[in-house]
Amino acid sequence: MNNKNKKYLLQSALILSIVSLFIFFATNAQINMSNRGLQFGFGFLNREASFDIQFTLIEYSRSSTYLRAYLVGLLNTILVAFFGIIFATILGVIVGIARLSKNYLINNLASAYVEFFRNLPLLLQLFFWYYAALRVLPLPQDAGEFFFSSYLTIKALYLPALRWENFYVFLTLFIISIFLIIVTKFYTKKIQEKDGTQFPIFLISVAILLILPSLSLIFGFSSFSIEKPELLKLSETTYTFEGGLEIPPEFIALLFALSLYTATFIAECVRAGIEAIGKGQKEAAASLGLNPNLVLKLIVMPQALRVIIPPTTNQYLNLTKNSSLASAIAYPDLALVFAGTALMQTGKAIEIVSMVMFTYLLLSILTSVLMNWYNKKQQITEK
Amino acid sequence: MIKSIKTWILVGFASLLLVACGQGGGGGSKKSKTLDDTKKAGFVKCGVSQGLAGFSNADESGNWSGIDVDVCRAVAAAVLEDAEKVKYFPLSAKERFEALKAKQVDVLARNTTWTLTRDAELGLTFVGVNFYDGQGFMVPKASGMKSTDDFRAGMSVCTNIGTTTELNLADFMARKGLEYKLVGFEKADEARDTYGAGRCDAYTTDKSGLAAQRTVLPNPDAHIVLPETISKEPLGPVVRQGDPIWEDIVRWSLNVMIEAEEYGINSGNADSLKSSDNPAHKKILGVEDDMGIKLGLDNDWGYRIITQVGNYGEVYKKHLQDSGILPGNRGANELWTNGGIIYVPPLR
Repeated sequence: MNNKNKKYLLQSALILSIVSLFIFFATNAQINMSNRGLQFGFGFLNREASFDIQFTLIEYSRSSTYLRAYLVGLLNTILVAFFGIIFATILGVIVGIARLSKNYLINNLASAYVEFFRNLPLLLQLFFWYYAALRVLPLPQDAGEFFFSSYLTIKALYLPALRWENFYVFLTLFIISIFLIIVTKFYTKKIQEKDGTQFPIFLISVAILLILPSLSLIFGFSSFSIEKPELLKLSETTYTFEGGLEIPPEFIALLFALSLYTATFIAECVRAGIEAIGKGQKEAAASLGLNPNLVLKLIVMPQALRVIIPPTTNQYLNLTKNSSLASAIAYPDLALVFAGTALMQTGKAIEIVSMVMFTYLLLSILTSVLMNWYNKKQQITEK
Repeated sequence: MIKSIKTWILVGFASLLLVACGQGGGGGSKKSKTLDDTKKAGFVKCGVSQGLAGFSNADESGNWSGIDVDVCRAVAAAVLEDAEKVKYFPLSAKERFEALKAKQVDVLARNTTWTLTRDAELGLTFVGVNFYDGQGFMVPKASGMKSTDDFRAGMSVCTNIGTTTELNLADFMARKGLEYKLVGFEKADEARDTYGAGRCDAYTTDKSGLAAQRTVLPNPDAHIVLPETISKEPLGPVVRQGDPIWEDIVRWSLNVMIEAEEYGINSGNADSLKSSDNPAHKKILGVEDDMGIKLGLDNDWGYRIITQVGNYGEVYKKHLQDSGILPGNRGANELWTNGGIIYVPPLR
């Protein structure tokens, strides 16, 4: 037998054993289910869910279907993962750069933060934020206004909400201004490449973004009013706030824990990326007469990003998956609403768990695809 | 070549497993696999709560007690002749049915409400009721709320998810037309503590649970249970569907405790009543007829349950009344002969 055939034989044997293992589990499940008179199927998704969920991004009531409950959970997971990724990235980049600072205090504070938060189990941190830190917040009636009609209470963070009229006009102008910024960037770059003229591209972008959408407000095509949260008496001793935007403490605790934990790992990725750039690169750039900011922006960062992005992608995926710890603190994410409540109310364990697994898989793959695309863009294009 | 041989062995092994599983699964029709397995293991695998005083609760040294725990102890006394031969598995509301289905436990005695959906769709069988409960609300006393009529839109309610409680609450609030915030936890103590901290305006669960949880709050007297009962919650032990012999053993282990109370047999007088002339006493204590043999046990099963665990009334008094959880009268959980609804088929 030659080497090639041997390889094929080996691989087909491997595939065969994997397939038979899968068939084994599937048949086993099927036999056991039919022994107990259980039916496999997704018909339950159209049934009325008949339970309530405290925090929903889309309309949901107890008469909505299980499919709707699934979507509510999914959106809540995406919401916390999205904001978690943004906060973790911002904090991670700042701390990562701070760890390289020559300032003793900044450097050591950043190190202490990283070593503390990355070495404690995430679940423990989550419990700390929810059951300890957020528990000392005042009751609604005792809470003071802390920032423009905002109230931080044990029941929720209440913020004033914007109530829009003809929001779409504002939104359209906003999208147009982003488009304009991209176009401007493209042309200024071309001009710079041609004759070296530099433009304050950041200031121009900010100006476009501020001026254009606000035109719709100035000329009255769209408008908004501010709805402030008002204290509402429920009984002799219990109060709540009504109106405005309400952010439950479960969400805040989860967001805090996820961001602070993941940021430590991102900070290390950023530090590794920057340290990977040879000293010679910086010195060469400096000898060309670039100031330290430009050295970081034009020479170090573009090269460092190549090192930073792949491990940071891992951290984004971890954050998304870790968000399923929400079920420990009553934040209604996919794991709690669907793999929790819905599973228990229907008993469709195999169907629901596989659905939830595939959903997390899909979320992770989508994140990877996006990050890989960005990674490719950052790679050095060799000529 | 060695590598590929290894792989083939693996494939062969996998296909063997495949054939083996085709033959396995499900018990025989004449013998009880669960009973055989329990005897072989030497202990009853009992699913209990993660801590509900009076029902199933572990003390500092890990000793479990409660009226649910005593159902498992009764089964152990009947099957293994020793009420202490029980291994307890604390389960969350979410895990309980899966644990039973996956044979991690053989008896689920975990304050579980008997409903049609659970009975019909989960592949489980409820064998009886050991406590008639109903859902209620607990609120801070100072709030001045006297009944659920004082509930206002916008309130937050803490509870446990994956329970009938959650569904009853949704139904109840929908009927009242009240918008509310549900803060749902997997564990009862988390829901209770969150309510205690003021995150929620009310805490809802079965009334027995409310009474038990109230005693654990920092200041029990600062909280009251509202008078309304918004649902029927018959709580009882559950077994897997498909093993009728085991099902009968668990059912009658519970029934004999209730029957014993009805006929006045308790752990103190069981020995002397063995020589009683009353045929009912004789049947329960295994002196007359072959009740135990009919169940696939020996005739002393009832005697052992009563002497080692006690009758239903003793168990109820010890865990619920004397412990101060439900100190008042037994209400619905009084025997039918005393105006309650505790009633079991005759042991004959």
